[in-house]
Amino acid sequence: MKYRSVFDIIGPTMIGPSSSHTAGAVRIGQLARKLFGRAPEVADIYFFGSFARTYRGHATDVAVLAGVLGLKTDDPRIPDAFELAKDNGLKYTFYEEAAVPTHPNTVEIVLQSENARISVTGISIGGGLVQMTRVDGFDLHLSGESPALLIFHQDAYGTIASVTQLLALAKINISHMEVSRAQRGRDALMVIETDQPVPPDILRLIQDQPHIFKTIKLDI
Amino acid sequence: MFKDIADMLAQCKEQNLSISQLMLRSEAEQTGKTEEALREEMLASLEVMKNAARRGLSGVTSHSGMTGGDAKRLNDYINTGASLTDTTFLKALAYALATNEVNASMGLICATPTAGSCGVLPGVLLSVREKLNKTDEELVDALFCAGAIGFVIANNAVISGAAGGCQAEVGSASAMAAAAAVFLAGGSPEQSAQAMAIALKNLLGLACDPLAGLVEVPCIKRNAGGAANALAAAEMALAGIRSKVPPDEVIQAMYSIGLSLPIGLRETAQGGLAITPTGQEWKQRLWQVQSNE
Repeated sequence: MKYRSVFDIIGPTMIGPSSSHTAGAVRIGQLARKLFGRAPEVADIYFFGSFARTYRGHATDVAVLAGVLGLKTDDPRIPDAFELAKDNGLKYTFYEEAAVPTHPNTVEIVLQSENARISVTGISIGGGLVQMTRVDGFDLHLSGESPALLIFHQDAYGTIASVTQLLALAKINISHMEVSRAQRGRDALMVIETDQPVPPDILRLIQDQPHIFKTIKLDI
Repeated sequence: MFKDIADMLAQCKEQNLSISQLMLRSEAEQTGKTEEALREEMLASLEVMKNAARRGLSGVTSHSGMTGGDAKRLNDYINTGASLTDTTFLKALAYALATNEVNASMGLICATPTAGSCGVLPGVLLSVREKLNKTDEELVDALFCAGAIGFVIANNAVISGAAGGCQAEVGSASAMAAAAAVFLAGGSPEQSAQAMAIALKNLLGLACDPLAGLVEVPCIKRNAGGAANALAAAEMALAGIRSKVPPDEVIQAMYSIGLSLPIGLRETAQGGLAITPTGQEWKQRLWQVQSNE
């Protein structure tokens, strides 16, 4: 089921004017910022489909930027995101893309700071709910509604087992899991959504396993 | 949880619960939260709805400057006492307009199920509460009932204008409001389901074609239209009128129409009212102003 809670329907409480083009956009920006894990200095924002055509009218540009700045969907400062970005030293550029996306409300966000860069793509599926569909070239389906671990690793046998075993020992239940890879034997991404947040010591143990390059922890 | 309207009604009957109670119980099971905590959360949403309606009635102008002040206009008209229909109907229209005007002004609202359709449900509920002297607690119950209907529609079809046109947004909102109005008036779960089906049927095929892509024209007045349609459907269902096509099949019809709507009629500002001479003019004017900023 796409929607799991009555508050997905009666809610969110949000700053208008559009749940998919404003609140959903804030949420995608927010998730991009969380996945990046620090304050970005540069944000390049690419709009596709309906987003590309109507982002000015729905204040989708203001909304994504507000999310990247870490604001929540009901924050009254959302309309002032452009100014807030200036105050926070965040440079931003918006692009209207002509390519036809799979989902009409698609945005790609590239965040950069010194030595770090992330590229994420998100879709706004209605009523303020979103899904992240791509991170640094890997496909995924991440709602951001539960805690999650993103583990970039080498596609080698035993890697997944070593991670899930550590989670099992820590009594952390996996609610959803997926793996995508660029090529057999090369880089891969495993995404693990969990019922409980993963504590820092377990995360360190995971990072120390062989074949693991990088981990991102997403808290809600 | 329940997968469709038939399943929902069967569970209501089996466990002798109202739609509202079933939704509350399912949500509690799903989330592990207490029913009391969930009711508190819903009460907070109701407060947001009440505040938005109140603010809108005093007269607000949209972010773009294209719309505003119509809720106040209608309220002043109600106060003259010279209207054609009764105040329950008129107040539903006024609260719906007010809420959507606040939304367009980038104010705080509760999406029900979306922001573009946020006026329909509060419009109907806040007006019916005055007519029937209902408490906040009873309104919270009605919101869980409306939520259950929206939950089924969202999981079996779509609720965004970009995916399914306005029928998916104002259509769904109107169906939710109709079911909740029946609930408040003491109707049965079956009657709520019938009201939902009648309301949704009446708005099938509705395009999402807003001027300049803004959630303003025709969205704001269409919320008043959705509220009026919800009251009409609720009255028919309470009179014992039934939809020939069962609720779940109506939802399927809405979904298949949504999928076959041309892209220009799905929130792209490339069809319908958006490309009328007036629509083009507004687009040029508003996009011009904004790119000069």
